Amino acid sequence: MKNNPLIRRPWLRIRWWLVAVVIVSLYVWSFTGIEFSGIRENAGTVTVAILQGMISPDWDYVYLADGEDLLRGMIDTLAIALLGTFISAFLCIPFAFWASTNMNRWKWSSGIGKFILSFIRTFPEIVMAIMFIKAVGPGAYAGILALGLHSIGMLGKLYAEAIEKIDRGPAEALLACGANRLQVMWYAVIPQVLPEFMSYTLYRFEINVRSATILGIIGAGGIGTPLIFALDSRNWSRVGIILLGIIITVSVVDMISNYVRRKIV
Amino acid sequence: MSPISVTPPSTNKGRGGNERTSSMVKPSHTKSIMTAAFIIVLLWLSAERTDATVTQLVTGAPEMGKLLVEMFPPDWSYVTTIWAPMMETVQMAVLGTTIGAMLAVPIALLASGNVTRSKWLYIPARLLLNLIRTIPDLLFAAIFVAIFGLGAVAGVAALILFSFGLISKLLYESIEAIDPGPLEAMTAVGANKLQWIRFGVIPQVTAQFISYLLYTFEVNVRAAGVLGLVGAGGIGLLLTRVLDQLRYDRACMIILLTLVIVLVIDYISYRIQEKLL
Repeated sequence: MKNNPLIRRPWLRIRWWLVAVVIVSLYVWSFTGIEFSGIRENAGTVTVAILQGMISPDWDYVYLADGEDLLRGMIDTLAIALLGTFISAFLCIPFAFWASTNMNRWKWSSGIGKFILSFIRTFPEIVMAIMFIKAVGPGAYAGILALGLHSIGMLGKLYAEAIEKIDRGPAEALLACGANRLQVMWYAVIPQVLPEFMSYTLYRFEINVRSATILGIIGAGGIGTPLIFALDSRNWSRVGIILLGIIITVSVVDMISNYVRRKIV
Repeated sequence: MSPISVTPPSTNKGRGGNERTSSMVKPSHTKSIMTAAFIIVLLWLSAERTDATVTQLVTGAPEMGKLLVEMFPPDWSYVTTIWAPMMETVQMAVLGTTIGAMLAVPIALLASGNVTRSKWLYIPARLLLNLIRTIPDLLFAAIFVAIFGLGAVAGVAALILFSFGLISKLLYESIEAIDPGPLEAMTAVGANKLQWIRFGVIPQVTAQFISYLLYTFEVNVRAAGVLGLVGAGGIGLLLTRVLDQLRYDRACMIILLTLVIVLVIDYISYRIQEKLL
């Protein structure tokens, strides 16, 4: 009788109202906190200019003989994403084994591993890039290291989940015939998780290509730097061609990566 | 911005057993060797292109060590200064997520094949969503700063577009996966399209919608923290300032506070989702 939905319980109604009040006050608080007065008068004209820039982009910028063009910017961006992903795909493996519950004897041990991974994930790559710029100077290399380090957080988590899903059978069979830990790892664990590892790595590569397009904003290489210059100098047709370049590159990368992922898994 | 997600692409593997029999046939060695060689060549070319060398990292490491040393201990008293901008960051995320989510609902309905039925409507809608999702939030922010000028409004606008792309993609995928039973029943009794959506589609996806909303909110709080780097309001503005002043102890405080806020929000959102599902 207690859970009969037909009987109205007053406390449910009160709780509903409480939730509503909390949500409404959250929005009131948010709206009052943001300054809406600071909008420029020419916002409309700038928007139109950017859209026009996208419709009639600066095609000459695609290839310039003396360097610093769209093509090279995009190649840099892809190179940063590729190397960053590659670094993290390897660095995250020990973390993944550390964080997976079935590879650890103690529960707290995998808990610590998981905490470290989520800590890395919350640390934005752009802040990491700023720190790496201090270490190795501005340029693509700082971007690579930032992506490589930041991606560990997500890849480690996904890898760990893949490891947790494996079938214990082959590992036990190998142990029974007297294989050592390394052999068990190589013949029973790795073959089971490899396709998923590769699929996740490709997925992370897609994300890293997007991230690499913005690293240039703080000077960590890639197409972001010319974009921010073009925005600052109000060169809208150049902004247009760079945006088009990013959209096309990211779409193509996504398509290829999706295709390969479907083949792997 | 990585936060595009920790939602992994779905992989059907790993349930063990029978599905694997088809792949028992070993792929030819030449193919894997070719692939490996191709990847190595790509990596090598990338390293050449970006001048990435290990020696550079080794020589740079002490610099980074120095920076880390300067970050500690953090300047605790700085909390009073950064509290207000931090709250502004959260407010930006709240507004961006909500408005983005509201805009996402109609387009998600339009993009799902089982609601729209017409190829001429859902394919363009999906194309639009894919295009929007190619642009990272910080890039949107840089563009909106050029449009609206410096400040939180540009950041909110960027977050709106970003959340819109993310939520509508997730939402249309769940709409496509709903149970067709109630829909057929409604068609049978002569419901019009609006009633059909209101009573057949929406109740089936509400819980998922709220969970996507919360997830996007988490992502947006993280993103809003760095939008200030391009002048789009929030705590990032102060972060760039203190980094320019070489006050790493203050930068460390900002990073720590952001982490705490993000963790608290993640926890709250996790609890809410637990209650809902």
